[in-house]
Amino acid sequence: MSAYFIRRILWLFPVLFVVALITFSLMHAAPGGPWDRDLSSRQVDAGTQKVLNAYYGLDKPLWRQFTAYVFGDVSSTTDKFVCGLVCGNLGPSYRVRGSTVQDILFKPPKGKGFEYSRFGYSLRLGLISLVFAIVLGIPAGIFSALKQNSLVDYLSGFISSVGISIPSFVMAIFMIIIFATTLHWVSVVPKSWDEAKAWVLPAAVLGFGTLAFATRLTRASMLEVLRQDYIRTARAKGLHENIVVWRHMLRNALIPVVTILGPALAGLVTGSFIIETMFSFPGMGRAYVTAISQRDYSMILGTTLLYVLMVSLANLSVDFLYVIIDPRIRLEE
Amino acid sequence: MAVDNMKTNKVVALNALEKRRFRTPWQEAWGRLIRNKAAVLGVVLIVSFLFIAAFANVLAPHNPLQLNSGKDFLPPSWIETSASGKHGDPEFILGTDTLGRDVLSRVVYGSRVSMMVGFAPTLIIMLVGTFVGLMAGYYGGRWDNFLMRLTDVMYGFPDLLFFIIALISLRDTWLGQFMNGLFLLFFALAIINWVGVARIVRGQALSLKQKEFVEAARSIGVKDSQIMLRHLLPNALGPIIVQGSFLIPGMIITEAVLGYLGLGLKPTTNPDAFFITSWGSLMLDGQTSINAQPYLLLAPAICVALVVLSFTFLGDGLRDALDPRMRGRA
Repeated sequence: MSAYFIRRILWLFPVLFVVALITFSLMHAAPGGPWDRDLSSRQVDAGTQKVLNAYYGLDKPLWRQFTAYVFGDVSSTTDKFVCGLVCGNLGPSYRVRGSTVQDILFKPPKGKGFEYSRFGYSLRLGLISLVFAIVLGIPAGIFSALKQNSLVDYLSGFISSVGISIPSFVMAIFMIIIFATTLHWVSVVPKSWDEAKAWVLPAAVLGFGTLAFATRLTRASMLEVLRQDYIRTARAKGLHENIVVWRHMLRNALIPVVTILGPALAGLVTGSFIIETMFSFPGMGRAYVTAISQRDYSMILGTTLLYVLMVSLANLSVDFLYVIIDPRIRLEE
Repeated sequence: MAVDNMKTNKVVALNALEKRRFRTPWQEAWGRLIRNKAAVLGVVLIVSFLFIAAFANVLAPHNPLQLNSGKDFLPPSWIETSASGKHGDPEFILGTDTLGRDVLSRVVYGSRVSMMVGFAPTLIIMLVGTFVGLMAGYYGGRWDNFLMRLTDVMYGFPDLLFFIIALISLRDTWLGQFMNGLFLLFFALAIINWVGVARIVRGQALSLKQKEFVEAARSIGVKDSQIMLRHLLPNALGPIIVQGSFLIPGMIITEAVLGYLGLGLKPTTNPDAFFITSWGSLMLDGQTSINAQPYLLLAPAICVALVVLSFTFLGDGLRDALDPRMRGRA
C-alpha cells in the first residue's frame, strides 16, 4: 500500500521532468527570441538584445539553459548560484519587467491575504464550483435513481446530457447573454470581486460540466446498487427505508463518484482559463491567456508546469481517498 | 376463420424468425441504432452540416470576406432596431459584423473547419491507435511497456495545455504555415489522442487473445498478422467505433477553444481559400461586442453546441447499439 503511493509520488518527478523538457523544447523551437515578439511596443535593437540575452542566460547552449531552468546555474552577473525549478523558482517573466513568474502567480496585492493572489483567486473559484457541482449533482443523481423514469428523472437526465456535451465556454456565452446582457442581473465585468454576486455566474458555468457528470454517475451507480441482494436483505429484515438508502445504498453508490473528483478537479483547474478570460476574472488562468497572447515564454512554461503538478496531485489524492473509503480495493504493488 | 388467422399468425412469426436468423451482429446493431430517435436526429444534423460544409461556396448568400461599407453592425433581419440604433436588413439574415461582413455566410464557411477537424485527425488516430494497441496487446513485452509508460506521461499532461504550447511555439514555423495552421492543429490533436484509442484496443486484444477461437486459430497455424487482422480486429471494432464517435466532438470543442484563444486557423483574406474562418475565431471576433451585438457570438456558439450535441447523441446511440451491456451507464 504505502509502497505503491511512494512509487506514485516518485513517479511525479519524471513526469514533471518530461513535461518540462517537452514544453521547453517546443518553446525554443519557436522562431525568434523573446525580445522581437511584442509588435505593440518599441522594438529592441540588436545590441540591447545581446545584453538582455546575456543577462537572462539565453546566450548559453540549450542543454545548459534547460539545466539552469530546472536545477539552477551560476548567474553571469553576480556570480552567485541561482536555484531553479527544484527550489520553486520559475524564473523571470519576459514581459512583466522586474517580476518573477512565481511573483505574478502567488504574490497578493499589497496589504491583502494570499487568497487575493492570482493563484488564490483561481483556487477559490475552482473550489466553489466543485462544491456547487457536488452539492447539486449528487442529490440530483440519488433522487433520479430512486424515482427512476419519473418526470424529475427525465428532466435531470436531459440537463445532464446537455451539461456533458456543451463545452463550458459556449455555455458561458449563453449565460452571459441571458443573465448579463438581456436580464441585467449581473454585469458582465463586475466592479469588484469582493461581491458574492459576481462569483455566481463564473462558478456555475465552470462547475456545470462536473455537475452533469456527477449526476449521471451517481444515478448509474445508485441504480446498480439498488438491485443488489444486500439491499433486498436490508428491506426484508424490516429496516427503515431511510436507513436502507443512507447506510446501505449511498455508502456503496458513492465510491465510483469519488473517483471522478480527481479528473473533475483537474478539469476545473485547466478549464478555468477560458472561463476566467470570458468573465475578466483576476485569476491565474487569465494571466496564462495573457501570457499566450504576449508570447511570454517563461510565464507560459511556469504556469503549464504548475497546472501539470496540480492535476497530478489531484489524481494522486483521489486514488488515496479511494483506497481509504473502499477496503475492497487492492492496488497493484 | 379463427384457425385461419392463427395459421397466418404462425407463418408470420416463422417468417420473422427465419429473417432474424440471417441477421449478422452488424445488422442487429444497425437495427438498434435506427430505432434510437436521438441518434437518428444526430445523424441527420451531422449530414446536414457536412452538406453545408461541402457546398459552403454555393450556399453562402454573400462573399464571407466582402466588406459592406456603411452596413456594419447590422442586427439580424427580424430585429427592428438594435442597441446601436441600426435596423435589420433582409439581405443580411443574421446581420453583419464590425467590418460589415455577412454573419450567416461566415458561419456557413466556419462549418468547414469544424467538420474537417472532427473527421480528419480522428481517422489518423483510429488507424495509428488500433495498430499500436493491437501490437501491444497481442505481443505484450517491450511494445506494451513502452505504450503504458507513454500513456502515464501523457495522462499527466492536460491535453489543452499541450495544444496551446505546441500551437504557440510552432505557429510561425513551416509546419504551422501549412494549410493556414490547420495541419499543425490536426497533428497536435492526433499526437495526444491516439494514446487513448491504443489503450482501449490493447485492453480488447489482451482479453480476446485468451479466447478459444484465437487459440484454435493459432493451433492450426494461422500467422500472427492474420490472427490480428481476421480475429482480433473485427471483434474489437465495436469499442473502437464508439471511442471514435466520442473523439469527434472533443476535437471540435478543442478547435473552437483554440480558435477562441486566437490559436486555430489563421484568418485569411484570400477569397479562393477553402478554409476562410472557423467558429472559434468568429466567437473571438464577437466577444468584444457581447453587450451591443450578442448575435455575433450567439450564431457560432449555437452551431458548436448543435454539432457537439449531435455527435454525442450519435455516440450514445452507437454505444448502446454496439455494446448492449453498456446501456444506461454513465
